[in-house]
Amino acid sequence: MIEARGLSKRYGDKLAVDDLSFTVRPGRVTGFLGPNGAGKTTTMRMILGLDRPTAGSVTVNGKPFAALYSAMREVGALLDAKAVHGGRSAYKHLLCLAETNAIPRRRVDEVIGIVGLEDVAGKRSKGFSLGMSQRLGIAAALLGDPDVLMFDEPVNGLDPEGIRWIRLLMRSLAAEGRTVFVSSHLMSEMENTADHLIVIGRGKLIADCPVAEFTADGTAQAATVKTPDDQRLAEVVTAAGGRLERGEAGDLTVRGLSAEQVGGLALTNGILLHYLAPSRVSLEEAFMELTADSVEYQAKARA
Amino acid sequence: MTTAAIPATPARTRAVPPASSRPGLPGALRSELTKMLSVRSTYWTLLAFVAASIGWAVLDCAGIASHGIGGAFNATEASLTGQVALGELIIVVLGALVITSEYSTGMIRTSLAVMPRRGVLYAAKAIVFAAVTLTISLVTSFVDFFVGQAILSSKHYNATLGQPGVLRSIFLSAAIVMVFGLLAYGAGAIIRHSAGAITAILGVIFLIPLLAQALPNAWFADLQRWLPGGGALEPIARSAPPIDHNLFSAWGEFAVFSGYAAVLLAIGAWLFIRRDA
Repeated sequence: MIEARGLSKRYGDKLAVDDLSFTVRPGRVTGFLGPNGAGKTTTMRMILGLDRPTAGSVTVNGKPFAALYSAMREVGALLDAKAVHGGRSAYKHLLCLAETNAIPRRRVDEVIGIVGLEDVAGKRSKGFSLGMSQRLGIAAALLGDPDVLMFDEPVNGLDPEGIRWIRLLMRSLAAEGRTVFVSSHLMSEMENTADHLIVIGRGKLIADCPVAEFTADGTAQAATVKTPDDQRLAEVVTAAGGRLERGEAGDLTVRGLSAEQVGGLALTNGILLHYLAPSRVSLEEAFMELTADSVEYQAKARA
Repeated sequence: MTTAAIPATPARTRAVPPASSRPGLPGALRSELTKMLSVRSTYWTLLAFVAASIGWAVLDCAGIASHGIGGAFNATEASLTGQVALGELIIVVLGALVITSEYSTGMIRTSLAVMPRRGVLYAAKAIVFAAVTLTISLVTSFVDFFVGQAILSSKHYNATLGQPGVLRSIFLSAAIVMVFGLLAYGAGAIIRHSAGAITAILGVIFLIPLLAQALPNAWFADLQRWLPGGGALEPIARSAPPIDHNLFSAWGEFAVFSGYAAVLLAIGAWLFIRRDA
């Protein structure tokens, strides 16, 4: 369990994290989403006690990180897969971490097995691919068999097989009753992984809800239609609070209304429809819509 | 690389025995020793140190043996100066790297995430570095002494272990190397950048004594004993009292240098504990 209360971090005159409060619960995968620069990594650094909050507090299992009895047995974290001394072998890297918390050597061998790095354990991690480095970082996080796991952008730069592997791993860790907190700037990554979402933008909390609720949200409903009478449909849809967008293939997308509502509107207004289908708005689109105002560096906004 | 099996135990059994005591210094010391001995830079630096220390002793003593000696010759000093003057510079590099490499690689974030007791981590690093360095430098100072004296004995210029002050010189010339390394460790914790920390310490060792020479003679004479390097290092390798009466005794100068190291270590510790990593 991770609990943030009024968490804020200021770097100079820039507020990287702004009054964040959330709870990450055990037994499920919680996705931590936000555009690049939203403050996800800063938040995770504060959870680990690497950075001191400017205001507010964050606890893990009810305690500040530095006050945990045996940090590795309670929290495992992968912040940056390349944050290892490249001159050290994978095995020695894991060993020197294990030794701090008196974790037996056999557990080092075990986690190397879990992440599948047996063949390269004796090699210096300098030569590792990003995928291998991610596996090494995950091995380090698993060393203490902790109840709380945090991964910062774990699938960045991974091949599809690696992504699938990490997804399954996170799901199985959560299924064992652990708290799994995983950040990403890509909604699509979370779609099949997370049960719950915490969405932030510009350091502020935007949403904290189950994934299903996030997509079922009013703004996320949509329908695809074909009609010879675009003009009138646009009028009635707009009047009902929806929005009509023209798609590439000449079809139309109604946003903000369900397919049932669109069908009903067409019938009562006598508009002929050639085609009507509910269109499932992807998390990606819902996410873009929610965070549109909070994207920090918009390409077109460069002056 | 094969895809690993996913551990899928329905009821979670603990894969790691619970901690018998709160992780602290003993574990941190073991970890830091593993860290130090598992990277090549440690071995290269120590090898360079051993070569410089013994090499200088051999060359210096061989030169003296062939050219003859002047008035105030000190056979012990002849065999140990290299370790103090040159060896110390190499250990400065190692002392800085022990901590700055954690920042340059990003490893510090991993280290602190497994050992959030920052004071413990900082102390463990310093202790392991000091112990490894002192072990090696004690070996080299004895080797320097015996090899040097063996060369000098061809002309009967040599000193022996039993003579007054000789053991002290051997011990201090080993210990001063460690002290300079700790000075660099402290600077590394403050600056968090390898080149910056090394440059700062070399600047302090070389530049301050040099600049001080621009002072009026009387001032310099009073100040010299307090300077962090240069001539003030001389008594440490010397078995007889200093020729220059403006300097403290061997132990006195050693205490001055240790004081500098203590100050830098303390500032480094304070920053290490307080700053964002």
